[in-house]
Amino acid sequence: MASKPRTLYEKIWDSHVVERRDDGTCLIFIDRHLVHEVTSPQAFEALRIAGRKVRRTDLTLAVPDHNLPTTARLDAHGQHVPIADPQSAQQLATLEKNVADFGIRYFNATAREQGIVHVVGPEQGFSLPGSTIVCGDSHTASHGGIGALAFGIGTSEVEHVLATQTLLLTPSKSMEVRVEGLLGPGVTPKDLILHIIGVLGTAGGTGHVIEYRGKVFEEMSVEGRLTVSNMSIEAGARAGLIAPDETTLAYLKGRPLAPQGAEWDAAVKYWRTLHTDPGAEFDTSVLINAADIAPTVTWGTSPEDVVPITGSVPSPGSFADPSKQQAAAKSLEYMGLVPGTPMTEIPVQNIFIGSCTNSRIEDLRAAAEVLRGRRIASNIKWAIVVPGSGLVKEQAEAEGLDKVFTDAGMEWREPGCSACLGMNPDKVPPGESCASTSNRNFMGRQGPGARTHLVSPAMAAAAAVTGRLADVRDFQREDA
Amino acid sequence: MEALRAVDGRAIPFGRENVDTDLIIPARWLKTISREGLGEGAFEALRASDPDNIFDQPEYTGAPILVAGDNFGCGSSREHAAWALLDMGIRAVIAPSFSDIFAGNAFKNGILTVALPQTAIDRLMEVAATDPISIDLEAQSVTTPFQDRFSFEIDPFRKECLLQGLDEVGLTLARDAAITDYETRLANARPWLARGTAAAA
Repeated sequence: MASKPRTLYEKIWDSHVVERRDDGTCLIFIDRHLVHEVTSPQAFEALRIAGRKVRRTDLTLAVPDHNLPTTARLDAHGQHVPIADPQSAQQLATLEKNVADFGIRYFNATAREQGIVHVVGPEQGFSLPGSTIVCGDSHTASHGGIGALAFGIGTSEVEHVLATQTLLLTPSKSMEVRVEGLLGPGVTPKDLILHIIGVLGTAGGTGHVIEYRGKVFEEMSVEGRLTVSNMSIEAGARAGLIAPDETTLAYLKGRPLAPQGAEWDAAVKYWRTLHTDPGAEFDTSVLINAADIAPTVTWGTSPEDVVPITGSVPSPGSFADPSKQQAAAKSLEYMGLVPGTPMTEIPVQNIFIGSCTNSRIEDLRAAAEVLRGRRIASNIKWAIVVPGSGLVKEQAEAEGLDKVFTDAGMEWREPGCSACLGMNPDKVPPGESCASTSNRNFMGRQGPGARTHLVSPAMAAAAAVTGRLADVRDFQREDA
Repeated sequence: MEALRAVDGRAIPFGRENVDTDLIIPARWLKTISREGLGEGAFEALRASDPDNIFDQPEYTGAPILVAGDNFGCGSSREHAAWALLDMGIRAVIAPSFSDIFAGNAFKNGILTVALPQTAIDRLMEVAATDPISIDLEAQSVTTPFQDRFSFEIDPFRKECLLQGLDEVGLTLARDAAITDYETRLANARPWLARGTAAAA
């Protein structure tokens, strides 16, 4: 019997149903649970109070990332440098006690495998195509870049997964974002996803899982796919998906926790079935033309507030909806921007290259390419590069990228979430602007009163050199 | 979870759209290892920048309902946002739509999320300025002292859990045999997934 054509999302969902209730709610098995220090303490505490244990310690992996300072973690004598902030130190100590008490695999703060949880998962081969992956962090959507159904959960759900390795869920709607054509020079996966969020709006994907389709994704590296899928949540979608292919297989092969030998072959055979069948229907389809996309930046305080770098600050009156007009006026006041100002005339005092969106090796290479042989502008007060993991850091240093950054006048830091959300000491001062490769430009996100412009790594490097937002296409090298 | 059948009382007419969870509770409050006391940090940036903000008006102190605009709770998955609202005394949020993760977090903490069309929100904003609002979960309705009545939809499973104050982890643990059965099937069909951190070194 020919079965009904299914989307990639439906295939992954169907293969994880433990039980289906009459009301449509399904008990879904979770293959991979990533744990960090911020959203897990209350979950472990609840297990303790109820006398429950972690059902599948072998499907759980913990790593600290949000609170860790990005300054040196070992002193000159190889001793651990204590975390100065007592609350951050307590949160880290709590995670360490919890993983020890419950028997969970853990990369500690000085392990070379430590890093941002969403960089670590794919890098270790823990995140695999066709798996369900959760973490108490909305950017779990990242792992959709390797073809996993991955989404963020709250702490009560963290507790539920720890205790049962399942979640009670109702199926999401499916959305296809089809991109026609290829990206132009200087236009990166980050610009693409910013543009897509601008089209969909911050609630456009609510209730949906987005599958990104089109040649541009087929030709994109896994690192780029992780960047795109990472920001699915910024369009309101629970998860993003990009079908696994040869690029995915090449990326995963040989990773420490990826399957090996005969098991690898069996996995590959299965992974090759993970694509949307011809004729499968999506609840919603959106078409994007890649040729329309320029390097993209944000002007406001929502990730949907995007504009091409060649554009200017919009006027609130340019929005049709009165509530949008009001929101835009508030955003501009917060950002200290005047409508009509060309984006390339907006000064920035801070540069942040990092976060689960853009801290992988390719991101650092792209930024270094712009910075090689150049210096940051004199008005830049603070410019840091925070690699996504210890392994990314090692790789970058092996390629001499750290030297490029420090020669340019930037700081080369230890891995972690850092100034993306400023839970550690890395914050943007009030009233100052930051060209940031992170994912959220919300009011106060990078520190109280901080003004964020979301950009790609290459664009952050270009802004560092000019001291204002800049078009990286003006930095193309003669010899390139 | 505490059972919830109805929420009656003053409603804070906030009305803002795209309220992200960073706005509900900024990152510095996420360093706690407890669920308690987060009300103090709720909407901190708004309260600090505007002394006349709605949350600090004495008539809304302890109000059990919050009325907001579209896409409430977007952004970060932090459950601290739900804990902060609960600590403020909020037991229900009424808005045209909610982010998926926030709606889940609210539900797990016994906060009812009521989705109503913008026209209903506009009316409730008006009423909330002077009068209380009533939400009846059993009847799935929101009413005002002025004979307004708005019906809302809710997932039947969530409704049942809220009405009875069920412990979801306990419910799922009772399905242990089904989970074990799935694990056995997984280990046979996709052994590379069943292995996790125990993958061959």
